Amino acid sequence: MLIKNSEVLRELRDRKHKEMALRLGEDFDPKDGGRMHILICGVAGCQSAGSLGIYEELNKRIEENGLQSEIKIISTGCMGLCAQGPLMVTYPDEIMYTHVEPSDVEEIWNSHVIGGKPVERLFATEPDGTKIAHALKDHSFYSKQLKIALKNCGLINPLDIEEYIGVDGYGALAKCLDDMDPEDVIDTMKDAVLRGRGGAGFPLGVKWESAAREMAPVKYICCNADEGDPGAFMDRSILEGDPHSILEAMAIAGYACGAKQGYIYVRAEYPVAVERLGVAIKQAHEYGLLGKNILGRPFDFDIDIRLGAGAFVCGEATALMASIEGKRGEPRPKPPRSTEKGLFDCPTVLNNVETFANVPQIIMKGTDWFKAIGTEKSNGTKVFALGGKIENTGLVEVPMGTTLREVVFDIGGGVPGHLNFKAAQTGGPSGGCITSEHLDTPMDFDSLTKLGTMMGSGGLIVMAEDSCMVDIAKFFLDFTVDESCGKCPPCRIGTKRMLDITKKITEGKGNMDDLDELEDLAQMIKTGALCGLGQSAPNPVVSTLKYFKDEYIAHVRDKKCPAGVCVSMLKYIIMAETCRRCGICAKNCPVGAITGDKDHPYVIDQDKCIKCGVCMSKCPFKSILKNA
Amino acid sequence: MSKVHVTIDGIQVYVPDNYTILEAAKEINIHIPTLCFLKDVSELGCCRMCLVEIKGKKELQAACVHPVKDGMEVITHSARINRYRKKNLELILSNHPARCQSCTRSISQCELQVLANKLDVESNNYLKYQDSITMNPKSDIDEGVSLFRDPNRCVLCRRCVSICNNIQTVGAISPLFRGMSTVIGTAGMNAIDSSVCVNCGQCISVCPTGALQEHRSLDGVMDDLYDPDKIVIAQTAPAVRAALGEEFGNPIGTNVTGKMVTALKMLGFDKVFDTNTGADLTIMEEGTELIDRIRGGGVLPLITSCSPGWVKFCEHNFPEFLPNLSSCKSPHEMLGAIIKSYYAEKNGIDPKKIVVVSVMPCTAKKFEAQRPELASVEDLPDVDHVITTRELARMIRQIGIDFNSLSDTNFDDPLGMSTGAGLIFGTTGGVMEAALRTVNDLLTGTNSDALDYNEVRGIDDGIKEATVKIADLELKVAVAHGLGNARRLMDRLRAGERFDFIEVMACPGGCINGGGQPLQVSDVRNWIDFKEKRAHALYAGDQKMIMRKSHNNPAIRRLYKEYLGFAGGMKAHKLLHTHYTDRSE
Amino acid sequence: MSCEKCQKEQEMLQEIILKHKDTPGALIPILHEAQNIYGYLPPEVLHEIAKGLNMPEAEVYGVATFYSQFSLQKKGKYRINVCLGTACYVKGAQDILDKFKLRLMIDVGECTDDGLFSLEACRCIGACGLAPVVTINGDVYGRMNPDMVDEILDKYEALAASEQEGEAC
Repeated sequence: MLIKNSEVLRELRDRKHKEMALRLGEDFDPKDGGRMHILICGVAGCQSAGSLGIYEELNKRIEENGLQSEIKIISTGCMGLCAQGPLMVTYPDEIMYTHVEPSDVEEIWNSHVIGGKPVERLFATEPDGTKIAHALKDHSFYSKQLKIALKNCGLINPLDIEEYIGVDGYGALAKCLDDMDPEDVIDTMKDAVLRGRGGAGFPLGVKWESAAREMAPVKYICCNADEGDPGAFMDRSILEGDPHSILEAMAIAGYACGAKQGYIYVRAEYPVAVERLGVAIKQAHEYGLLGKNILGRPFDFDIDIRLGAGAFVCGEATALMASIEGKRGEPRPKPPRSTEKGLFDCPTVLNNVETFANVPQIIMKGTDWFKAIGTEKSNGTKVFALGGKIENTGLVEVPMGTTLREVVFDIGGGVPGHLNFKAAQTGGPSGGCITSEHLDTPMDFDSLTKLGTMMGSGGLIVMAEDSCMVDIAKFFLDFTVDESCGKCPPCRIGTKRMLDITKKITEGKGNMDDLDELEDLAQMIKTGALCGLGQSAPNPVVSTLKYFKDEYIAHVRDKKCPAGVCVSMLKYIIMAETCRRCGICAKNCPVGAITGDKDHPYVIDQDKCIKCGVCMSKCPFKSILKNA
Repeated sequence: MSKVHVTIDGIQVYVPDNYTILEAAKEINIHIPTLCFLKDVSELGCCRMCLVEIKGKKELQAACVHPVKDGMEVITHSARINRYRKKNLELILSNHPARCQSCTRSISQCELQVLANKLDVESNNYLKYQDSITMNPKSDIDEGVSLFRDPNRCVLCRRCVSICNNIQTVGAISPLFRGMSTVIGTAGMNAIDSSVCVNCGQCISVCPTGALQEHRSLDGVMDDLYDPDKIVIAQTAPAVRAALGEEFGNPIGTNVTGKMVTALKMLGFDKVFDTNTGADLTIMEEGTELIDRIRGGGVLPLITSCSPGWVKFCEHNFPEFLPNLSSCKSPHEMLGAIIKSYYAEKNGIDPKKIVVVSVMPCTAKKFEAQRPELASVEDLPDVDHVITTRELARMIRQIGIDFNSLSDTNFDDPLGMSTGAGLIFGTTGGVMEAALRTVNDLLTGTNSDALDYNEVRGIDDGIKEATVKIADLELKVAVAHGLGNARRLMDRLRAGERFDFIEVMACPGGCINGGGQPLQVSDVRNWIDFKEKRAHALYAGDQKMIMRKSHNNPAIRRLYKEYLGFAGGMKAHKLLHTHYTDRSE
Repeated sequence: MSCEKCQKEQEMLQEIILKHKDTPGALIPILHEAQNIYGYLPPEVLHEIAKGLNMPEAEVYGVATFYSQFSLQKKGKYRINVCLGTACYVKGAQDILDKFKLRLMIDVGECTDDGLFSLEACRCIGACGLAPVVTINGDVYGRMNPDMVDEILDKYEALAASEQEGEAC
């Protein structure tokens, strides 16, 4: 249905809102939207774990019993607590079920849906085992979160534009077109000081203003959905769970800056996100919210999707634009800035997915609301993707300024098992680590930069003492070397040299001079690299050298890996006292490095040993230990 | 365009506001070190050598692409910058094989080596890496008929890519893969000879290291020179004499014709003929061809075919215009055929014993010489070896000849006498002008003073057009140099535009800037109009000559009278004309 | 070689080129779609694309070889992708990759001789909640460990054996 003007939009919004009211904690009439909504996370991890099957099971029962008007199932975007997925939430009682399998549906149906009694065994669990019924409010994972960018993820059906409209979607665009001049929109965004969530933290309002100022007939709005940081899936979740928020934000940007065309550059590794964006764009066209004369105003805006093709460097603005232009994704020097000469040499605004996701709400709720959240220099919230050695892996959104301790221990549930927190890595291959002595650092742009890392896109990987920091540095360098575009010597050759040295160190062949050389190279690369990828490539090394120097020294001076990770410096040792001389280890050793018999304890010849660890895994008496 | 004040290293300059920091610094005689920068060809800011400090900016900026701004304060050298530059260069060197001693670029022509010397690099920082590359080169060497490519010596400055794609619009090479695996290569990673490369050699001219060179033909020449059974005859192209002197420290644009002939004689060539004579011959045939086509309703425009880079370009990209190409061979090929027929017969020499060596400013002629159709005398190739101006200089140095101290010698008879028309073949517009001088006389039946057709001279315009009145005809002519300009002109033909006569030279500026000419490093190329200077040597030479029109050349007249008959006749056709191959697909 | 399958593929390729020809920056979408048809990007296809877009073939190669998603090598019937993103790496993805290498006797970027399996290591597919993750032709295997590798590969081998595949031309 074509929405001819804001009036029609408002009507649709009101109608749909009534249907969704029971999800929004508001009074509702079952005649509008039914008496129960069952929301199932249908993306990413949960989808991979089979949430589609749950959907089908429930649907079957609803249809068999003719309850379509009473009970609705909605497949939504990411609900956040991926570690306990597949997730399901019922409304209006806001019960969250975790680790749901299709075989659980029978019980849920009979007990809860029909019988009104929730199934306790499927409630979300705290790290200490306590079951929480209303997880979204009461579970430690959720209690400190504040959803802005993820407001609609897990709440609406991303494939239904009307659900988006029902929660005020496209209302911000209507407000801009009806009540605001382009200059007003820019002033608003400048006042809000929304800093880019992709990593650089550049104020969006300033960027939009530079583009708006350019006198050019053609301008572009680009959305950076390349999300290449390994360990980051914030943007993916927003694209899969709430794609319309991005379309609306881009249209607002187009209005403010004078652009008629937008491109969303999505990495090809996100086929579901691409598909959903496609559906959303099509629907937006059908409803007249993209295309010509949007909402009856003299404003045209259209959006095309462009796929990435597996190049991390295409997350860099000029490389991204080169890629859209069909070229090798090689960055170019600035000036000129992209807002002056960007895509196809036209003024271009490029913002990250999460940054865009904030825009509609800032327009609707005003800048005072936004500025009240977060810290003085970092307004609003940040979405983090928690990964690694952390109990509650998943997606969280917290006000800027929340401390790392809160994120890791309160929200994240701490480090599982008997391990201890060693470091948290932020900013992916461009970032650095935060150690336990800095756990109380507020998570905001400037505090993190001061520590030698960066906010980055939001990937937060927690490491315990079984991670070797030299190995981690090597991992990130390996990534950077692979992804370097190759155009400039500092990055192309410099990072390779750094990788060679780090590899050498993890193989026990390093020396103290190597550490100085690493610092030297790092300085040089940061100074001379052409783009952000190169300039920040040394960060993981610099950061780990700063905070874990002793680990590096152990590797080069003592030829030991304290974390027991670097294989060349491992020793597998059979404890003579507990060796039962069964010979199983020797039988399984692929290189015949173990000798012994009934009368003598078995011994591993360290020269022959290839450190595969099979002997230790096969020993029935736990008599073989890894000794770093 | 307004001017702005910029302070560089504390010195204030007043420069146009479209200058870069690099250009502004030059105004106060500071040449900020660069490696990948080549003005108007490749301005990418990618080698990161030229970084400078700008007050107020946290990061260093690339001077070669950063525009100036009023009030800007720049520091071009500091402890930080110097340390950085050294380290950057050491990184580049760590990826470059250590074999300077045997590299043709060594001693002032390798920009990498010169830079390394200037910046006092520390060998400890890169020698150990160089060892492994020298011993185990990563990439295969590509030996083509005209070009030689060694990717191991490549520093990925991208100049070759820029000139091949943006200026020449040939598009034979591109960076492939990424990161440390980046390599400059062809479609399908094939040999250069299997690609759409036209062998113009412009890539060699702009390469800062020994990664790109011409195919080495010296060894075959030396073998033949020392073979008592062979009669080895050299011929030299017009553009060679205007540039050979540079190889021995002479100013750009010094005409060293006399010394060149002396040196060739001292090297042991039995005869030294002049390709200019061949050029006069070409004008006879081509002028006749033009008049025949105009009067006889033949295919127009007639397009010159003396530039083998252009011919191959036409074969690949505009095959439908092959009938337009003059069927004339290029001057040195014509001369080669005449040497092995007329000269051989006249002197009772078995043509099988004659070895023709063309000294050319051109790499494409190495490909041209081995075209199967260019073998008109007993199936012997018209030209046996083609060596570049650079290769001749190598020979001279190898033997130990002190070039600058030589006296002058004249070319040998009967094929050493030439006119000013033949001389100006070496620069863009020269063939056209030479042809018009002859066509004018042929059509008007006069023999007046040679006309200077200034409207077809000049290097600044890529395409020059004129309407020339000769007798009852108004000839619409055009001259294009650089293949990018040739493509633009040919596209206009495709769109239906009408011309009568077109001259195309593959190399920007014409043969004086051929792929085989003495190399000039970027510090010269960027700021000095060397093409203009070399061209000037030819035009000045033309002005001084008594004979300036090809048809007045007595040697040519005698050739036709004694041997060929008349221009365009059967004998001429057999020896002096050729055909072409459609290479599109 | 002109069998029905090749003919159909050729037609589809021409359609794709035509569809995108006038889009600015058309090359990358065309390469994606061409790879979807052929499974990889053979030389003839790159040649056609260069011709169709009237651009130098060397430049097409320059773009195709830059991006890791494009493969100029034939892929296996089952494309194994081991995620080596940070979250997966920290949870032991390298060991899983090594197990695949050992069992299949191929390295990353290679294809088994029987054309059944090809092995890639990719950077983060964004399913970090399920780390470590392996995908095979799009099917996602989460919470992997090296011991699961054999079982999974056995399953695919059995699947391939049971299918009657017509000979590709």
